[in-house]
Amino acid sequence: MSRADHKTDQELPNDGLTYPDTEYFCKTRPVPVGPQFEAMEAVRNWARANSLAVQAFGTGCGAVELRPLMTARYDAYRYGVTGSPTPRQSCVFIIGGYASVKTLKRIIVSYEQMQNPKFVVALGSCTVNGGMYWDSYNTINRIDHYIPVDLYVSGCMPRPEALLAGFVKLKELIKAGKCEGANKYLENFDWYKANQKKIIKNWNMPDYNW
Amino acid sequence: MKQLFDRLQALFGVTDFERKRDDLAFLKVPKDHAEMLIRHLRDHEGFSHLVFFSAVDYIEDDIFRLIYMLHNYGTRDTLGVHVDIARENAGMTSIHTLWAQAALYQRELKEMFGIDFPGSPGVDEDFMLEGWDEIPPMRREFDTRAYAEKTFFPREGREKSDPRTHMRKQFYPNWGEGE
Repeated sequence: MSRADHKTDQELPNDGLTYPDTEYFCKTRPVPVGPQFEAMEAVRNWARANSLAVQAFGTGCGAVELRPLMTARYDAYRYGVTGSPTPRQSCVFIIGGYASVKTLKRIIVSYEQMQNPKFVVALGSCTVNGGMYWDSYNTINRIDHYIPVDLYVSGCMPRPEALLAGFVKLKELIKAGKCEGANKYLENFDWYKANQKKIIKNWNMPDYNW
Repeated sequence: MKQLFDRLQALFGVTDFERKRDDLAFLKVPKDHAEMLIRHLRDHEGFSHLVFFSAVDYIEDDIFRLIYMLHNYGTRDTLGVHVDIARENAGMTSIHTLWAQAALYQRELKEMFGIDFPGSPGVDEDFMLEGWDEIPPMRREFDTRAYAEKTFFPREGREKSDPRTHMRKQFYPNWGEGE
């Protein structure tokens, strides 16, 4: 029996992969896991809000604000925000400003590798509407068409103080149970994938990076 | 620098010597002599450093102008060599044998302008734009704004205002309505 017979609508096509790679990556479609046991969820959200680990991936010029933010000058650790070296160990993704198509591909891989619950803070005007690169051939205009965004910090560039205010707001949103970006991504998975594949022409990675 | 130009004129037929500063000058050379001239400058005139290598699209004249910027550490002179090439099937001799780092510039020029450099290492690989399938984006017939608007989901309500007209409206609301 060939592999094509097993293919159902629920499986990911993984069309971008060629033969040996198709065997290495999972075809299972990710499923959203909604809040369970409302009372417990409030406690969990309180715990999540007070220990945020920011992924060490500087995309665009906004990444330069993260150095003073994380170190002695602004010391985000006071707010329970710390850094984390890899996607799998982090829960906050800061999109630091403009994202070129090449970077967006890496953003998607990193975002998908992060474990739930995960939160996205989009930094700077470029993530909102393209900013000063709105008519560039290589810079996306709206990051929220490719990954779900929980919070925008506008400005060009926002100072670390603005980012700290953003973290305080993010905590409020998490405690209120409004940061369901990861589930939103999986519920609208096909729409996000279609948008991503529209601009990433050489899609040579699995459809979901587990 | 003028003496250098006179020597080069006798050897390579360089033209359009233009002196911008005491230590900065430009000259133009036909495409066929360009590689020889640059090799001569590197080996015999002391211009051992390739500062940058770039191109400009003069679509009105139907040419690309390649700019090889060379620096002489001994005399601290900088010399720009202009080479005009046709836009149709644009191509040029590779100089990666003179400076290995030129291969990277040539890869970029291939991707951004579509100028081919046969034999240059990795010149056909993707450099910055992965999977680009339009005409090269730095060519001036490429409409960047139209491409961005049809590709990148522009946000509704974005306005562009000229600072001059905006401030005039702020300060002189009755501008142009008589004295």
